[in-house]
Amino acid sequence: MSDFLINYILHLADTTLILSQRNSEWCGHGPILEQDIAITNISLDLLGQSRNFYQYAASLIGEEATEDSLAYLRKEREFKNLLLVEQPNGDWGQTILRQYLYSQFQYLLFEKLQQCNDEQLAAIAAKSIKETTYHVRWSSEWVIRLGDGTEESHNRMLKAIDELWRYTGEMFEPAGYETIVDVSLLKNDWLQKVTTVFLEATLPVPEKVFMQSGGKEGKHTEHLGYILTQLQYMQRAYPGATW
Amino acid sequence: MVTAHSIEEKKIWSVLETVTDPEVPVLTVTDLGIIRNVKINAEGIEVIITPTYTGCPAMDMIAMNIRLALAEQGYKKIKITSVLSPAWTTDWMSEEGKRKLKEYGIAPPNPKQQVCNDKLFAEAEAVQCPHCNSHHTHRISEFGSTACKALYQCDDCKEPFDYFKCH
Repeated sequence: MSDFLINYILHLADTTLILSQRNSEWCGHGPILEQDIAITNISLDLLGQSRNFYQYAASLIGEEATEDSLAYLRKEREFKNLLLVEQPNGDWGQTILRQYLYSQFQYLLFEKLQQCNDEQLAAIAAKSIKETTYHVRWSSEWVIRLGDGTEESHNRMLKAIDELWRYTGEMFEPAGYETIVDVSLLKNDWLQKVTTVFLEATLPVPEKVFMQSGGKEGKHTEHLGYILTQLQYMQRAYPGATW
Repeated sequence: MVTAHSIEEKKIWSVLETVTDPEVPVLTVTDLGIIRNVKINAEGIEVIITPTYTGCPAMDMIAMNIRLALAEQGYKKIKITSVLSPAWTTDWMSEEGKRKLKEYGIAPPNPKQQVCNDKLFAEAEAVQCPHCNSHHTHRISEFGSTACKALYQCDDCKEPFDYFKCH
């Protein structure tokens, strides 16, 4: 059971860390200053959430484990993040859509997680959901703005849906260790909320798309290795380096 | 009854009242409401704090500054514990803290939580300009220079200002 719990916490930690890392790539490159600040603020929130999860996992693992060793010294196949969050930023539309699809899911997940029997997980979820609420609202407003914007922005959102939709199925397929919240039960609510936003955005909800999975079990798309190369570089090149 | 214990506790709280937030230096950690408890026991003293936002980079520095301030007063065994539950809210900010924020040019959080829901394209909260007191203001961005602030502009005096958003 303890291994299940540790793996589950690492899955939550890795997902928030990798999305944070992806979003942080926008730092200094956002379309306008306010939105550059918004996406990096979201990145910071996600980093804070991942630190809480890593710290908790490290306390359960004991020995020499720390939040840093878990983030910096695990290999690609040990990462359990969702495939969706490791996908490239693409254009602003693709980044926005990735954020929205994930935040909408995270909101529903944390709503349940904050009521679970594990006190620390419940506390992290209750703390984080206040931030997630902002992320959902901000990203859904942008999905609508771009989808129902110009022909150019609409077409880019169609392309983003085409790129990312295939990675959404995995969120609702429970991994073996995922016993605390039954994610399969979140699917209908998620789809309903996404459909409402897509309708407003004049975007189609895809049907019958083949879904990719494996991230939760450490089988990733080719992108994760590159992310880790950058994220872990300092600790790999200079083991034990501190600020 | 005033005991030695409670006098000591009072003294620790008064030390904490001198520790400020590195990002918003007019606010002390007690103004922010992030000190949840102070415990004195045989092993030393324990200060229990809670973060404002999960990713707030100031939290590590705040913990260090609390340790330094107490060490300067001669306390030796200091333990700082961070707890997440119950989650921090701007409702815990002191009235004194709100007054100081406004004086500093940052609009203090509204008492009623108006923005913490997922309603789309909602009217921006009515926030009073800290410079000219006008309510005739608009939101530029709900994400600002730090996680806890949103960016507003006053339509009367035209000054842009930070709003310490309710959370």
